[in-house]
Formats: sequence, C-alpha cells, structure tokens
Amino acid sequence: MLLSEAVTQGPEFFSFAPGLILFPVIGLLINMFFGGRMKERTIGILASTASGLSFLTAVLLAVSLLSHPEGMIIPLAEWISIGELQVNWTMRVDTLSATMMLVVSGVGTLIHIYAIGYMHEDVRFKGDLNRYQRFFVFFNLFIAAMMILVSADNYLMLFVGWEGVGLCSYLLIGFWYDKDLLGRPGIENALAGSKAFIANRIGDFGFLMAGFTMFWTFRTMTFSEVFSQVHHIAETQPGAILAITLFMLLGVAGKSAQLPLFVWLPDAMAGPTPVSALIHAATMVTAGVYLVARSAPLYTAVPDAQSVVAWVGGVTALFAATIAVGQTDLKKVLAYSTISQLGFMVAAVGMGAYVAGMFHLVTHAFFKALLFLSAGSIILGIERGHHHLDHGDHNDEEVFDPGDMRLMGGLRKRMPVTFWVFLVGAVALAGIPPLAGFFSKDEILAEAFQLNFPVYILLAIAAFLTAFYMGRQVWLVFFGDPRHPAAGHAEESPPIITVPLIALAVLASMGGMLNLPGVHTFTLWQEHTFEAFHLHLHHGEFNPWIALISTGLAVVAIFLAWLLYGRKPLEENQPDPLRKILGPVFTGMNRKWYVDEIYETLIINRYIDLAKFLSIKVDWDFWHDWFHDKVIAASYRQGARFLAGPIDLGIIDGISKGLAKFFQSLATQSRKLQTGYVRNYALAVFAGVVVILGYLILQ
Amino acid sequence: MIPISYYILLSAILFTIGAVCVLIRRNAIIIFMGIELMLNAANLAFVAFANQHQSVSGQIIVFFVIAVAAAEVAVGLALIVTIFRTKRSIDVDQLSSLKG
Repeated sequence: MLLSEAVTQGPEFFSFAPGLILFPVIGLLINMFFGGRMKERTIGILASTASGLSFLTAVLLAVSLLSHPEGMIIPLAEWISIGELQVNWTMRVDTLSATMMLVVSGVGTLIHIYAIGYMHEDVRFKGDLNRYQRFFVFFNLFIAAMMILVSADNYLMLFVGWEGVGLCSYLLIGFWYDKDLLGRPGIENALAGSKAFIANRIGDFGFLMAGFTMFWTFRTMTFSEVFSQVHHIAETQPGAILAITLFMLLGVAGKSAQLPLFVWLPDAMAGPTPVSALIHAATMVTAGVYLVARSAPLYTAVPDAQSVVAWVGGVTALFAATIAVGQTDLKKVLAYSTISQLGFMVAAVGMGAYVAGMFHLVTHAFFKALLFLSAGSIILGIERGHHHLDHGDHNDEEVFDPGDMRLMGGLRKRMPVTFWVFLVGAVALAGIPPLAGFFSKDEILAEAFQLNFPVYILLAIAAFLTAFYMGRQVWLVFFGDPRHPAAGHAEESPPIITVPLIALAVLASMGGMLNLPGVHTFTLWQEHTFEAFHLHLHHGEFNPWIALISTGLAVVAIFLAWLLYGRKPLEENQPDPLRKILGPVFTGMNRKWYVDEIYETLIINRYIDLAKFLSIKVDWDFWHDWFHDKVIAASYRQGARFLAGPIDLGIIDGISKGLAKFFQSLATQSRKLQTGYVRNYALAVFAGVVVILGYLILQ
Repeated sequence: MIPISYYILLSAILFTIGAVCVLIRRNAIIIFMGIELMLNAANLAFVAFANQHQSVSGQIIVFFVIAVAAAEVAVGLALIVTIFRTKRSIDVDQLSSLKG
C-alpha cells in the first residue's frame, strides 16, 4: 500500500488495453490471409510476436495498476441496448484481471515460441505442411478470445470470450481431425473434439441460465452494478443468488473440468501438445476458477453455494488424483493431474480463499505448462528415436505409441535438458519447498484447514497422491533402462523447444515468491480488487504445521514412488508393481473408475434411445406416417379433389364453355350476312343511305 | 325556260335506273355502266342548280367528277380485264370467295 501511495503519480497506460485483444487479432488476420505465401517460420514468429505484444500490453497495464491500484474501466463500444438490457464492450483492468492477462499472454507467448519448433517436427512427422498456418491462426484466436474473457466488464462479454476459447479448444483438440491418436487415418481426434464441445455445451447451458437469472433479478450484467446490489438482493431474494451461483458452478464444471463434466479433458490430449499446455492446462481451463473469483461477491453472499463449490473442487481433486496414479500415458497422467489441481483451485475459491485459488492458478500455469511442454519434448525425442529405427528396419510397421510410459525409461541420459526441466515441474507440482507449487498449494491447504476441514482432508490426500504419481512418472520415464528401442535412441530437442522450457522452469521455481508467507505481495495486490466490493480477504496465515504435514506427505509419497518404481526400475513387459499391491483398485484407477463407461450406459445410451424414440416413433411413425400422410395429405387430397371436380370442372369451366358456345352460335348466325355477293353489300349501302337521308329529311 | 324540277326529276330517274342496274345486274360491264349513269345523274343535278343560281362552282365540280370518272373507268376496266383473265367470265356472282 505504501508503495502504491508513493507512486500515485506514476505512469498510466490504461488506454493501451485494447491492444490485448487487437494484437492477436491482427496476427491471426495476417496469418490467415497471407500465411499461405509466407515461410513456415515467419508464420510462427508473427504469431508469437502478436502474442508477445499482447503480453507487453499486459505488462504496461500491470505497471499502471501499481500507481492506480483501483483499476480502470475502458469502454470500447456500445453493443446491446434493448430496454433495460444495456451491455457494452467494456474492458475492466484491475488487479484480478491483470493477473490473468499476464499469465495468459506470458505463458501463451512462451508456448507460441515452443510451438514453432514443436509443430515443425510434428508437421514433418505427420506430413502435412498446410496445417502449420492454421495452427497459429487458431492459437492467436485463442489468445484474443481469452483476453476478451479476462478483460470483460460484464458477464455477457465474458461469455463471448468463454465461447471463443471453447471454440478454439474444439478446433485445436480436433486439429488432426483426419487422424487417430497415433497418426493413422481415423476420426478419434475429431470425436475427442466433439466430446469436449458437448461437455462444454452442458456447462454453457449453466452459464446461460445463470446469466438469464442474473438479468431477471439484478436487471444488469455489469460486474460493478451486480456486485453493488448483492447485499440488497441477498436479503430479498436469497434463492435467486443461490440459483445464479449454482448454475454458474455448472459452467465452471464444464470449462474447468470438474465433476461431473471433467470427462472431456483427458480426451482433449488428442490435440497437439502445445495445445494441451496452453489451453488444457495453463489458461482456458482456469477460466472457471477466474469466473468464481470474479463473482466473489455473489458467492460470498450464499455460503451454501460456497460449500457446494468447495466440495465439488475437493472431490474432483481427490478423484482425478486417484485416476492419475493408474494411467500409463504420459499426457493422460498430466491431464488428470490438471483436473486434480483445478479441483484444488475450485475448492479454494469455493471456500472464499480467492487469493489462494488465484495464486495456485498462476503457479499451476507455470509448472503445468512446463510439464506438458516437456512431455511434448519427450514425445518428439522418442519419435526421433523411432524414426532412427525405421531407417534400420523398414519392415517394422508395428503401431508405436510415443506417449506410452511403459515403453520409455532411461531418458535422463538421452534428453538431459528435458529431464531437468521436467524434474523442476514435477517437484513444483508435488509441493516440495521452495518451488512454486509448495507455496500456492500450502496456502490452499492452510485456508482449507481453517475454513472447511473435511475438504482439507480430501485435498491433503489428493496432494499426497499428486506427489506419488509425479514421482512414478519421473521414475518411469527418465530412470532405469529403455524399455523400447525407440526410447533408447531418443534425441534431445532443439533450442527453440528447450529455451521456452527453461524459461518456464525458472518461473516454476520462482513463482512462489509472488506470495511468500508473511510478505503477501500477491494478496495485497489482489486486495485492491476485492476490497472495491467490500470483501475482506483472509491473509492466509502461514501455518507451519500444515506446511510440515503437506511437505511430509509429499516426501513420503515420493519415497513410496521410489520404493515401487525407482529402487527396482520397471522391466520390459513387466506389469505395473502397483497392480500387485492394489489389485482391482489399480484396475479401477487405470480404467478411470469406468466413468466413461458409466456415462455411456446411463446418459449417452439413454440419450441415444430417446433420440431414436423421437426419430422413429414420434417423427417417423407419428408425425410423418400418421399426421402428415393420414391427416394432412389425405385431407388436402380430398380438398383438392373437391376443388378440381365440382368447383373447377363444374363452375369455372361451365362459365367459360358457356361463353364460348354463345359466341360460337352468334358467329354462325352472323357469318350468313357475309354472302360474298357485291350487290348485297351495295344494297346494304343504299339502304343505309336511304335510311339516313330519310331520317334527315323527315326530321 | 324549263323549270328546275324537270331537271331534278330526270336526274332522280337516271340515278334510280343506275342504282337498280348496279343492284340487279350480274355483268360487270353493265354494273359499271350503272355507276356511270349515277355519276351523270349527279352531274345533271349540279349543272341544273348551277344554272339556276347563276354560279360556276357547280359546273366546276362537274368537271372534276368527269375527270375522276374517267380515271375510275380506266382503273375499273383494268380490273375487269384482270378478272376476266382469271375467271374466264365477268359475272360478279362468280367472285364470291369472301363468303363467310
């Protein structure tokens, strides 16, 4: 506070805010229209520059916030103005949104740079150069949509960004839409994209209902106006706020992959790895957490909703962590870990520990992006090794999955840089001090200990499992001997891939500095936003016992992982040692507790039955066969017959035929006058003259 | 001095003869003569009135009528010759192809 008072007259760059959205949009337009004529690397550099400029803008905004911590509203344009409904394109720059902007554009830029290298190799591997351009167009579009989401000043504009990132997620999951997971022709990737889109649609339904209810009760959708009425509405219509927050939770569950809508995120790993890192780990999936933090005044007003959110988060955190333990795919472990960590964040913001949730969001963005990108580097390295093999033996056409951890091992020596950065990410995620994950996770646990003890238990177990599965992954991938020749020939990635990894590794190790216990830089920074709505934040008192317990749990878990996977490394074709110990429980973990199967039996198949009933019974049998054919067509046919018979043939034709007959007979009569004899005509002329003259004379 | 009514009477008689001749005869040349008779009946009436009123305009009209009649005779006789060449007859009742 003292710092900000001292520099009240500091620089102010709020007017640059539209650049956040504008730069990526310009980048994507250039790449879209001229990318076909540009060199591959130019496309990537252009997209990264666009994202980097967006990051620069975010930094300028953050600098401005130092001297003007109250934030700024930047109106861009009028949008909807119907009666009471006034929705405008307005950007809101405050400490909360600026945090998101920095994370999205900062991590986003690093991933853009990484993707230049990654997509180059991926493209070469799958042999399709045209998609390079499309990939970066989608990537920039994602940054733009995410910026709209975080900079929105009202729920509707936020929803535009929300849908925009959902669209980009869909497009990028199904990026190799004509391939299956291993690059063979198929539609598996496209199906994964559809699954994500449909699961998100259910969540979006919740968001929309929340929006409608909000307009119904508050008569506005602008944040500040909604929040200023919360106290009043909470007294008169507490049910409305409960409905809004719970509907919103459905949206959060869709976007942030919480129970019961989390099933799309593991499948989303079908997308290229930079996509998994950027969209499905670091930024888009945290939008739900941001939404709850943004709507803090609403959630604070209804403790019931808060506890529901906290429980959803806590249960998801534990549930996903157990599944992560049993996975064999490199990226799937990270995907379930992401769901679990999102559960931590959602639980935190649900309990009212908004700062702890946001803090974990930031550090998680660092280390999970790092882990995913390292996983991408590992996969590329193994693919290189596999290529190497192909040259030796062309008959080897067996299907090879470069992401299968059971085929890895010993990569520590083959890919040292990737090993070290992955290790940093894994230790940060496991929560070992002094890396970033320790501070943020510990803050959540400390808050949970005070605010909601049962959820604390869930989260503590989840934290234990987190350390365990990360230890398992590190030992399976990097230690022991290669369990497949491809892993034995793996090669380290080029600098374009490793440099962003190192940058992220630095962030993942230093990220904890943001909010050191006792200093609370991040809390003080966020306080400006929350205090504007009269919310007083916990200062998350550092509890050495909690820290000790969670660190102890993590160390024990890593030790257990070492016992199982490190002491005696897995051999080729050896079953997972956990399977022996846990038996059917491990099978359950490995098969994701059969959630997909249960959903398929209980919901998807029932839905298909309903669709079949509707299409066959209602639409075809009832509507088409009976209503259309029997009722409408038959009565129409009768009506037509009546009109054609008596009316048309009888009356209409009668009139015209009668007229025709009349004139025909008239003509027959009158043609007798035309004799053809000149004298007859002459006589007529004379007679006429005589008559006229007679008339004139006798007049 | 012969009174004017005599001239008018003669003119009417001549006109009637001409008209009846046109209406009842079938020979084209005879019909033609009937027409000439009617024209000259009219000429007679013009001349008679011109004399009575001591005005030349009636007589001038007669000159015109004679000139027009001469032209008409030229055209009419040419028509009759052509009809004769096609039909081998100058009976006007043969020319009834416009019968309805």
